[in-house]
Amino acid sequence: MKTRAFAYPYLAWMTLFVIAPIILVVVYAFSAAGGGFTFSNFSGIAAYSAVFLRSFALAGIATAACLLLGYPLAYVLSKEKPRLQRVLVMLIMLPMWMNFLLRTYALMTILENTGLLNKFLALLGLPQLNIINTPGAVVIGMVYNYLPFMVLPIYSVIVKLDRSLIEAAQDLGASPDRCFTRVVFPLSLPGILSGITMVFVPAVSTFVISQLLGGGKSMMLGDLIEMEFLGTSYNPHLGSAIALVMMIVVVICMRLMNKFGSGEEQAVIL
Amino acid sequence: MKLIKFRSALAAALVFALVFALTACGGTGSGSAASGSGAASASSGAASSAQKGGEVNVYNWGEYIDEGLNDQFEKATGIKVNYTTFDSNESMYSLLKSGGSSYDVIIPSDYMISRLIQEGMLEKLDFANIPNFSLIDDKYKKLEYDPTNEYSVPYTSGTVGLIYNTKVVTGTVDSWSLLFDEKYSGQILMFDNPRDAFGIALKYQGHSLNTTDEGELNSACELLRSQHPYLQGYVMDQIFNKLESGEAAIGPYYAGDYLTMLDTNPDLAFCRPKEGTNWFVDAMCVPKGAKNKANAEAYINFMCSTDACLANMKEIGYTSANKEACEKYAADLDAAAYDIMFPTEEELKNCEIFTNLPAETLALYDKLWIEVKA
Amino acid sequence: MKKTRAFDPAESRPTVGGRIFTGLIYFLLYLPIFVLIAFSFNASKSRSVWTGFTFKWYGELFRDSGIMSSFYLTLILSLAAAAVATVLGTFAAVGFYGMKRRWRAAFLEVNNIPLMNADIVTGVSLCLMFVAGRAILGYELGFGTLLIAHLTFDIPYVILSVMPKLYQLDRNLVDAAQDLGCTWLQAFFKVVLPEISPGIVNGAIIAFTMSVDDFVISYFTAGSKIMTLSMRIYSMTRKRVPPTINAVSTILFVSVLLLLVIINVRETRQEAAKKRRQLN
Repeated sequence: MKTRAFAYPYLAWMTLFVIAPIILVVVYAFSAAGGGFTFSNFSGIAAYSAVFLRSFALAGIATAACLLLGYPLAYVLSKEKPRLQRVLVMLIMLPMWMNFLLRTYALMTILENTGLLNKFLALLGLPQLNIINTPGAVVIGMVYNYLPFMVLPIYSVIVKLDRSLIEAAQDLGASPDRCFTRVVFPLSLPGILSGITMVFVPAVSTFVISQLLGGGKSMMLGDLIEMEFLGTSYNPHLGSAIALVMMIVVVICMRLMNKFGSGEEQAVIL
Repeated sequence: MKLIKFRSALAAALVFALVFALTACGGTGSGSAASGSGAASASSGAASSAQKGGEVNVYNWGEYIDEGLNDQFEKATGIKVNYTTFDSNESMYSLLKSGGSSYDVIIPSDYMISRLIQEGMLEKLDFANIPNFSLIDDKYKKLEYDPTNEYSVPYTSGTVGLIYNTKVVTGTVDSWSLLFDEKYSGQILMFDNPRDAFGIALKYQGHSLNTTDEGELNSACELLRSQHPYLQGYVMDQIFNKLESGEAAIGPYYAGDYLTMLDTNPDLAFCRPKEGTNWFVDAMCVPKGAKNKANAEAYINFMCSTDACLANMKEIGYTSANKEACEKYAADLDAAAYDIMFPTEEELKNCEIFTNLPAETLALYDKLWIEVKA
Repeated sequence: MKKTRAFDPAESRPTVGGRIFTGLIYFLLYLPIFVLIAFSFNASKSRSVWTGFTFKWYGELFRDSGIMSSFYLTLILSLAAAAVATVLGTFAAVGFYGMKRRWRAAFLEVNNIPLMNADIVTGVSLCLMFVAGRAILGYELGFGTLLIAHLTFDIPYVILSVMPKLYQLDRNLVDAAQDLGCTWLQAFFKVVLPEISPGIVNGAIIAFTMSVDDFVISYFTAGSKIMTLSMRIYSMTRKRVPPTINAVSTILFVSVLLLLVIINVRETRQEAAKKRRQLN
């Protein structure tokens, strides 16, 4: 289809507002406060390897948890009546319209040692849980905030699966389990890859969640970068360098992941 | 049918959005064009006496004013107040430094003002336009962060102290050592910003909180790191809820805020430790290149008046710099609250105010803070 | 017959287990929201200690011109950003679709950059760009720059929503339309657009959601006169976010919920009416 020209306005936009700022970031990353080209920002980054590892590890765990919860949810959603499906899909997005900070505060109210969860457990006579201010709470916070982004892509793919393929597999004698692992799951892979992208990438760079739910004790990349811009010494150069390294690692992770999927279909969001 | 409705709705939304964007853009654009572009015309505009009408862009802490005051000022002078808020000195600095702002009045804290002065980012005030400055208590004038007092006018002040739950903490409390007491492991909170946290550690170890000595800073860092295992968390405003609900029992915060927490949880007590603590002043200044300097000075003058200061004190709970307002406010306080809001001369001698530190020290602060928290 | 297990694709409705699981997840998803709404009626400012029921925060909310103006700004900004992003993004996606594979892959990678970049870095770099532009063009940072910044991170989401639907598009439909006499442009509007409309609508919803919640990027690009609701909320974190914010969020939540209910009820009525017409 001869639709290339449709993209030209956006390409112009991209050049101005996506590429130019990125070039600015690269320039900042490779310069120091006094000006001039330097690698000094990058040599300092090795000191933060613990923060890098923690961010990627926690983001990875959160993504896996989102997948384990999100996939069955998407599956069940896809089987409901169409009108109910639409309502349920909207209901999944609705919490995202309450401010992120407020939702995290509310999670704190629930997870705290004197919070609602523990009060409820006490009523049932169960032992108290000490979740708040641990990396576990940070993961819970991330899963809570990003679950809808995992559910929606998977749902949109499963709901459009060609039912005849599934029926054919059953006609050929596949048990429900085999049907799932051999037909449904592989066909839903683009949705899964897309969901993983939409959860993992922002999870690596969140900053508020670890401050509020982790008690500020599990410093993540987002906190680190924010500190360089909003910390005691305003150091945009180091901040840009860390952000650049983070982006490169994320791109590598995404490329690796896309190898599992079919080449053409890329990230399916919805 | 549905498609047509969908497309026309989309088209309508797009048209609406574009029209709105253009008018809004045009509005702000013509506004700035009218007030003049370029430094020369801006300063000449500021040199002329206070314009009737016009506007003033104010940048203050969040929840830090009696909202009615802005309306009063608008009615009294006809100057429109564009009031926006920030959450920390550092984010304000970041925005100012990147050039993306055009404020006329900003209200940072002492050490940030000292930094802005040193970096030439503030305008000198024309005190002929601020007659109410005479109402400001002398002890707030010519402080270390603005020694010649040419750049700022005090807005509020307060002290940092140790808040603790009397039901949990036994014995008398008069020292910062409570924050580092393993007996209360898991119940202790700490400031989530480097200068306040290091300030406490330095004071506890007997040093100045404005020290640039690397050895002293490193030992403060060690102390804070040692606190890590039994600390519940680093907090800012979460401390309100945590102390009120009993989630935590010990934490440092500002005097006025303690009185707020006391309303919800009467078991809380406050003390200014014997090793010394921080005394802070938030003051109003005018950033360099402000387009409405005369209006800014009119606003500052209004904020210094006794009525305004009294209203603010009632709303915010921090001590005002206006002597009369303090006297009026104190008339309604009980003895305990009075002691907390208005430290005696003796106590003030034991308090230190933050000033700006040289760039290398600031960089060291950041580096050490990451070591503490990571 | 033995009850079929949960993942049986032949089942046309979810199992009881599936429904319970879904209900549980939705409950957990909404629990913090209910807490938020509940504490908007709390007598004190505390978020964890319930001291009594009151409507006073709602009253204070309507008197607080700062929060209300931020609320309206956020609504208008997010709607505008979603609308423009949807149009630009859809056209861009269609444009990419018509390109050769190599170019498309390259442009889609660049498209993902705003998603991968930390918000604060995007915010600061855009701010620096706007400031540089200001020296040349003389505009002031404000709603315009704010809108542009929001579009920058909204459009990639729209593109990512629309692209897969384009991949799924059956070319034969377009060819058939053209065989039946449509021009290429008519075929586009009558065939392609309806087919990809679910992707467009979903992209719009996501773009709106991203805009409503953004803080850091707005902080650096909004200029000195306006504040979005997110900015206002974050600015209150030295002295505690008051329950008036809970109140405004509750109002937003309830309005959208009402809207959903109304749309749903209308659709039910329309379907019932259609069925009645078919039976007659």
